[in-house]
Amino acid sequence: MAKFTKKKQGDLPEVSTASLPDIVFMLLFFFMTVTTMKDSELMIKNELPFADQVQTLDKKDRVIYIYAGQPSSRYQDKFGTLPKIQLNDKFANVDEVANYVLAERASKREELQNVLTTALKVDYETNMGLVSDIKQELRKVNALKINYTTRSGSAFENVN
Amino acid sequence: MGRNRSGAPVVNAGSMADIAFLLLIFFLVTTTIETDSGLDRKLPPIEPPENPPIIRQKNIFTVVVNKNNQLLVEEELMELKDLRAAAVEFLDNGAGVGQDGQPCDYCQGPRDPESSDHPSKAIISLQNDRLTEYGTYIAVQNELVGAYNQLRNREAERLFGSSFTDMNALYLDPKTPDDVKDDLKPKLERIQDMFPQKLSEAEPKTY
Repeated sequence: MAKFTKKKQGDLPEVSTASLPDIVFMLLFFFMTVTTMKDSELMIKNELPFADQVQTLDKKDRVIYIYAGQPSSRYQDKFGTLPKIQLNDKFANVDEVANYVLAERASKREELQNVLTTALKVDYETNMGLVSDIKQELRKVNALKINYTTRSGSAFENVN
Repeated sequence: MGRNRSGAPVVNAGSMADIAFLLLIFFLVTTTIETDSGLDRKLPPIEPPENPPIIRQKNIFTVVVNKNNQLLVEEELMELKDLRAAAVEFLDNGAGVGQDGQPCDYCQGPRDPESSDHPSKAIISLQNDRLTEYGTYIAVQNELVGAYNQLRNREAERLFGSSFTDMNALYLDPKTPDDVKDDLKPKLERIQDMFPQKLSEAEPKTY
């Protein structure tokens, strides 16, 4: 005859919560790593103009960024005060834009290569001459989809 | 209950989860993935078209921005704030027939024979100087795009009861389900057909 010994001593066994911090830390690290934004250090003054008829830009992996503006004060000794183009982390001349766009395009996944947008992040005080030169270079390499990146606000704030 | 009391006392890790949660929530709240936005434009291909169509002068709305950031619209000096209304009036004029030979039955403009024939023929030509400031140029672009959006919104409200910009934003949102997109696409194309964005950016003149 089987004898059942009473093991229970009245209260429920506690669920171990020792692994909960690990799980939460895992989540924490996930968010910390995922949300870090790779933003190349700007060497130029980059105050974007305002606009309100805007469309949000596609996912970041489909965008090629071109920056332009006046060099920041600590680079002005070396590069002067005329607006310059910045590609990745260095200043560039207009004729380097085409090669840069081609190289960036080649580095993207194949299915994305046809849907790339070139985002022009240009300081509002830049002369249109430089922007036109960039546009001309982009036309040469058939990168026709562009986006003038702006800040949201009334366009009238640009002119005064 | 015989518990072994010879080992090191267990540290109560219960509050650790709270601390980690606090950190997690802090990072969740503070890290906003900022999305860029701006004016989408399409550049013309570098090869000129083989047979450039002949465009009548009255179908071209010329906007010139000079090196002092002044606006010359149809050879008259204009303030930026008046540009959108002027562009709307030009695009919405509808004095003649469109490219398919049909008159513009949805235009509400004055039908001035000196202005554009049909929205499908109306072209806005934007010229700038090399010394024009970029901010001014963007402001002008913004106003011209705004004119198109205003007309498109009007037609979308009339036909579908919802504004074009909202529909377009929904269509471009990657989170929108496919069946909604399929439903939106013909509507958007219809509106875009009514007011095609013909905004020509000429290369700046070299002197």
